[in-house]
Amino acid sequence: MIKVLFFAQLRELLKTNEIILDKIQACSIEELKKSIISTHPQWAVHLTNHAIMTSVNQTLVSSDHIVKANDEVAFFPPVTGG
Amino acid sequence: MTHYDHVDVQESDFSIQNEYEMLRENNQQDGAIVFFTGLVRDFNQGSNVTGLYLEHYPAMTQKALKTIISQARSRWPISRVRLVHRVGQLNLSDQIVFVGISSPHRESAFEACMFIMDYLKNQAPFWKKENTMTGQTWVSAAEKDKLAMNKWQ
Repeated sequence: MIKVLFFAQLRELLKTNEIILDKIQACSIEELKKSIISTHPQWAVHLTNHAIMTSVNQTLVSSDHIVKANDEVAFFPPVTGG
Repeated sequence: MTHYDHVDVQESDFSIQNEYEMLRENNQQDGAIVFFTGLVRDFNQGSNVTGLYLEHYPAMTQKALKTIISQARSRWPISRVRLVHRVGQLNLSDQIVFVGISSPHRESAFEACMFIMDYLKNQAPFWKKENTMTGQTWVSAAEKDKLAMNKWQ
């Protein structure tokens, strides 16, 4: 199982803050996005936006990072704190 | 050397004086304290901003901020670091963020303070949604903030 969270504008665009993926094997972030898009094709335009940032287990990662079972993945727009 | 990192993410306001005193008290080794405060201003990407909402990723925020502080520690001989970042609904001129650093000499404290803010702006999971006269708008990340971080690399 992999938990996927969405924040800020991305959460609003997808109208979802969290999805659970049950049948995912270890794969890269890019592959994970493709898998999500295959079941939510309307999300493609938002998830393929190259500016979207990714964290795995609360640490920023790049798109070739490999996710595995029980990871918590989050996708979000560029951050704007401070 | 007294080294400690204090990181708070909170809805409530903070007191600059308290933060400053925590950097200074029982501290005879440091000759410098540098701090930065970020405030809500009335004109940003949306004109006539009336306030903003700050969202964050609670499980990640502290971890991201502590990582940034430890990166600063690996570059400069700084002693105490205090970082407070507010979340939730904020009004014009409210305090958003505080970064305070003590060190034996001022150069390290100045540079580490800038470094921490530049990385926070690019790597800490906070998002601002501004309230304006015409509705709410998510703030876009500024290119200048990215350039500010890249200059440290």
